[in-house]
Amino acid sequence: MKVTEQNVVYVADLANLELTDEERGRMVRDLNSILDYIDRLNQLDTSDVAPLAQTLDRYGVDESKQGTARFAYASRDDIREGLRKSLPHEEALANAPESDGTFFKVPKVIER
Amino acid sequence: MDLDSLTIDSARTAVAERKTTATALAEAFYDKIQKDDPQIGAYLILSKNRAMETAGRIDRLVAQGADLPPLGGVPVGIKDVMVTRGVRSTAGSKILGNYIPPYDCTAVARMEAAGAIVLGKLNCDEFAMGSSNENSAFHPVRNPRDTSRVPGGSSGGSAAAVAAGMAVVALGSDTGGSIRQPASFCGVVGLMPTYGRVSRYGLIAFASSLDHIGPLARTVKDAAIVLRTIAGRDPMDSTSADVPVPNYVAELEKPIRGLKIGVAKEYFGEGLDGEVRNAVETAIEKLRSLGCEIVPVSLPHTEYAIPTYYIVATAEASSNLARFDGVRYGYRARNARALSDMYRRSRDEGFGAEVKRRIMLGTYALSAGYYDAYYLKAQKVRTLLTRDFDEAFKKVDAIVTPTSPTAAFKLGEKVNDPLAMYLADIYTVTADLAGIPGISIPCGETHEKLPIGLQILGRHFDEATILRVAHAYEQATAS
Repeated sequence: MKVTEQNVVYVADLANLELTDEERGRMVRDLNSILDYIDRLNQLDTSDVAPLAQTLDRYGVDESKQGTARFAYASRDDIREGLRKSLPHEEALANAPESDGTFFKVPKVIER
Repeated sequence: MDLDSLTIDSARTAVAERKTTATALAEAFYDKIQKDDPQIGAYLILSKNRAMETAGRIDRLVAQGADLPPLGGVPVGIKDVMVTRGVRSTAGSKILGNYIPPYDCTAVARMEAAGAIVLGKLNCDEFAMGSSNENSAFHPVRNPRDTSRVPGGSSGGSAAAVAAGMAVVALGSDTGGSIRQPASFCGVVGLMPTYGRVSRYGLIAFASSLDHIGPLARTVKDAAIVLRTIAGRDPMDSTSADVPVPNYVAELEKPIRGLKIGVAKEYFGEGLDGEVRNAVETAIEKLRSLGCEIVPVSLPHTEYAIPTYYIVATAEASSNLARFDGVRYGYRARNARALSDMYRRSRDEGFGAEVKRRIMLGTYALSAGYYDAYYLKAQKVRTLLTRDFDEAFKKVDAIVTPTSPTAAFKLGEKVNDPLAMYLADIYTVTADLAGIPGISIPCGETHEKLPIGLQILGRHFDEATILRVAHAYEQATAS
């Protein structure tokens, strides 16, 4: 058992979840079963292997250029004029669970 | 008109030659959806107003004698992980149950600009997390071939709608196999393009380094037409690659004689169903008879793909899904005492069990003390998996494998065993991790008449070759 109920409570807190007692018990069981399987990664020696965060770092780059210019496709020109309009206020608020027409409303932030 | 056998060209031609109108064709599809979909559950939301508006535009083009665009009047479905302006977009989740986006996904906008009629939003596993479509917060999808079985996932609604003639083609998304595996289970064609080939703008994010949008279709040619429509650089997605988009349809007819096709033993090991193995081996012999050279290759790290995937994908998901907090949009729990309580309860009540499991696994893998052991380790193994393909593609032009180790399983069969469900993706996750394209095409049936899928993997940005091989196989085996 790698993951204890205490770990689950801690991680749920990091993830902004609470979980019911029943969910916590099940999470302990499921995470242990999945992590047991994931442990087979330790069979591989990766001490000399660089990590890969995303594949376009290796493909679709212009190797003739230096530094971030290699990823020139990934940036767009600065726009000085004719900027895309931002979302109208009422559209930005249209999906809000609660608003006062100007701002998003939330429950009080500081508990006493 | 037989809606089940329409293709993009036959539907577009029927509209262009005034055998029907785009409006009448869309109406016919809605009638069929109303009649047949209660047994399947493919659609979550119908976008009839929007569809009829586009259909009217197409019909006016016909009346003016103008040329129709490539998808003019063709009824399509969209997996409900792609946002649609003014049309509810849920990602199959209660937390987005009432979300009406203010903008369009680029791929959807490109389909519509090419004349496609968007019939509605297709069911899927919640946030595209699942392999059976049973994780939809609304209702499961049933496989049109056998309604006691799953359609696969997570693009289960997309595959089922195309298989059941409730859309000519559909868009799906693939993070670990979510286009190809349901295509295989439902007996249709499913294409995952190269990472970066299609913009992800407006795709509700699951795992950003692994998410792909692609087509599900009844023919390889239709998949090629859709890819040509949606592919290419989009300034709204910095990871969309600026690589020229070839005319995939013209490329289809090039001969496949002389192509080198790799077969990797790692994809034919323990766990592969005997009937699936036979069907795939027969398909390989067919490719040989069409003039391809069959070459053994090795992808030695394949067995590490699932553990790598379930760290990388869940870590990315845990940060992507942090945005759902009940403040700006989406579900909010009632009567919360304070802000932090509101966040927690909204997420607790809004997310389903599998989504919470993945957020927890991903958060654990990224948390202090475990980052190196899990997340960094998985990223390093991802390099090894990618190198396997680099080596193999020095020797061959494409690699063929089974798409899934089994045909469609029964509803309920794997819901209580997350690990067993994860292993349904064992042959598909490698391509997502390496960023290479893959297609699944039908290659026969089991004795229970369940479809079997053949997967063809290709080099980065070389969708043309895998489409060509798939097309040649499809033409050679057409009955």
